[in-house]
Amino acid sequence: MKPEDRLEEKHPMEEFLRMDRMPHIWCSGCGIGIVVTSFIEALQKSGLDPDKVCVVSGIGCTGRVAGYLRLDSFHTTHGRPVPFATGLKLANPELKVVVFSGDGDIVGIGGNHFIHAARRNMDLVVICVNNFNYAMTGGQVAATSPIGANLSTAPYGNFEYPFNLPYLAEASGATYVARWTCLHIRRVTKSIQEALQKRGFSFIEVITPCVTLYARRNRLGDGLNLLRYYYENSEIRHGADTRTLDIGYQGKIIVGKFVDIEKPTFLDCMNNHLRKVLGNKYQPWGVKS
Amino acid sequence: MSVRKKSADPKGVLTGVHYLDGDYAIAEGALAAGCRFFAGYPITPSTETAERFAERIPLVGGVFIQMEDEIASVAALIGASWAGVKSMTVTSGPGFSLMMENIGLACMMEVPIVIANVQRGGPSTGLPTLTGQGDMMQVRWGSHGDYEIIALSPDSPQECFDLTIKAFNLSEMYRVPVFIMTDECVGHMHEKVVIPPAEEIEIVERKWYEGPKDKYLPYKPDVDLVPFMVKAGDGYRFHTTGLTHDERGYPVINAECQNWCVRHICDKIRLNADKIIEYREDETDTAEIVVVSYGITSRVAWKAIQDARKAGIKVGSLRLITVWPFPEKKIEELAGKIKAFVVPEINLGQIKREVERAAKGKAPVYPVSHCGGWVHNPNDILKVIKEAAK
Repeated sequence: MKPEDRLEEKHPMEEFLRMDRMPHIWCSGCGIGIVVTSFIEALQKSGLDPDKVCVVSGIGCTGRVAGYLRLDSFHTTHGRPVPFATGLKLANPELKVVVFSGDGDIVGIGGNHFIHAARRNMDLVVICVNNFNYAMTGGQVAATSPIGANLSTAPYGNFEYPFNLPYLAEASGATYVARWTCLHIRRVTKSIQEALQKRGFSFIEVITPCVTLYARRNRLGDGLNLLRYYYENSEIRHGADTRTLDIGYQGKIIVGKFVDIEKPTFLDCMNNHLRKVLGNKYQPWGVKS
Repeated sequence: MSVRKKSADPKGVLTGVHYLDGDYAIAEGALAAGCRFFAGYPITPSTETAERFAERIPLVGGVFIQMEDEIASVAALIGASWAGVKSMTVTSGPGFSLMMENIGLACMMEVPIVIANVQRGGPSTGLPTLTGQGDMMQVRWGSHGDYEIIALSPDSPQECFDLTIKAFNLSEMYRVPVFIMTDECVGHMHEKVVIPPAEEIEIVERKWYEGPKDKYLPYKPDVDLVPFMVKAGDGYRFHTTGLTHDERGYPVINAECQNWCVRHICDKIRLNADKIIEYREDETDTAEIVVVSYGITSRVAWKAIQDARKAGIKVGSLRLITVWPFPEKKIEELAGKIKAFVVPEINLGQIKREVERAAKGKAPVYPVSHCGGWVHNPNDILKVIKEAAK
């Protein structure tokens, strides 16, 4: 028997992974792989045709996700996966477009694109892996770094206020907002599945350990120590007021599903409005007649 | 490789004789070419193209979206193009600067998109409402690294229409961003624009891959060096990246792959340059002086050329339709036969240096330069022609 024929050596998620690109580049103890596993499981459960699902990533550790998923996958420029996904989705509304990237990418350099896509209620699923720092470049301070955390460009500790991502997403117009840590595997999976099955701008923040940089600089131990921190300090509070979700250094992490509402998407609004104004002259876009 | 052609989709073609400005003509050219996705950000003096597209696209079927900035606009174009829809945007200097990042991505991913730059005086905010031709080098070199693009330069609203169609055709043919480098003057100039019937407009189709799904390689060069393309959602499960990549589109971070990847995106334009380059010659075969010009400046130069001929000087005209890739062979060939080149342009000698490079010292090059805000006075060009003819 040849090794490739041995059933037990086949990864159960092989259909959705580019096995010819393994091993991946993520450090041991990193949480991104867990989120990828949750995503694949959610995709399998969603019943969506994987051929119609696109993944768009930006730059950074999480930016590498697109390269490992065996879907139509796009590894774009730093901060720009949201507008890239906007073009992809609008040009072919049949596609389910998922932005899978990190905090630095989505709300740091890409913050402007993020709020505008949420404002328009662009029909996208945005999965934001938040590891509190710029990890690919060596652990620099991020828009999400807690006050007091030590980062390579905040060597005396961070003194900037960080973003509260669920609050930012809700205030900007997102119709689905959830936050989990990568310890909450089943809940992450469920949230991604709900988002995949929903129309509108969905935002899921997943807090993950960065063992090599954030944890090492702050002497927080290894991956297991960080998962223990999540276990002991996260509190599920569905429907919590997103204004109360700030995360302090090694402080409490409020997780849960905070927003889940229905609202017409950008394309719904475009088609409805223009049909109303232009009548039969209007040529609808992306609407099955 | 035979190019697949068809006639234009009549839905987008506003056949007839119109009185349009250059900006509107670009929008009409795009619609005639089959462009159905426009993402842009308002900026003088290019905004009229976006306005026209926003008004017309609901009647044709497609999407207009005003993005949050020009960075997002080009990112959206690339996404839309991967979904199989022809896409364009329009801008001017400051917006063009913001676009550079994703222009590099489009070159690296080999995605057909079209960008019109209605040039104004720069640098920085410069002269928002007044003309310039100062972005001719930026369009060639503005994004980082080595790459090649195609840039066309219309000198009238009619050419804005015609060259926008050509831009889409070249973009699809070579999987490369194509630029329409016009300026405030042509953009706001109203003239007669004839839009032919749809069946007379030739449209080049994208090089769609038709082989077995598991054999598809997004970056495997075809015989013409241009790889075949597929679109998102068709089950190919392809990967594409801005990183240096191999034929599969997978990142490979080493010098060998970098050499293959970057040479490939450059060679597909460089080695096809003769097929891409277009220019108009007038009396260059008997000329002692050749005026090399492009865009609005070629119309002003034409007056100077006629005046010089009346004064008995043998002057030819070489008007660049394609500015990039640069027609260096043509320049070198002329350089060996003539006394001098004269290059009027609304910048401090960007294309003049290129003419000098291509002339290889066989003929001197006389610039007629200014920084923008107005078109040349033909007499200033005439003066330099006379000086060059001495």
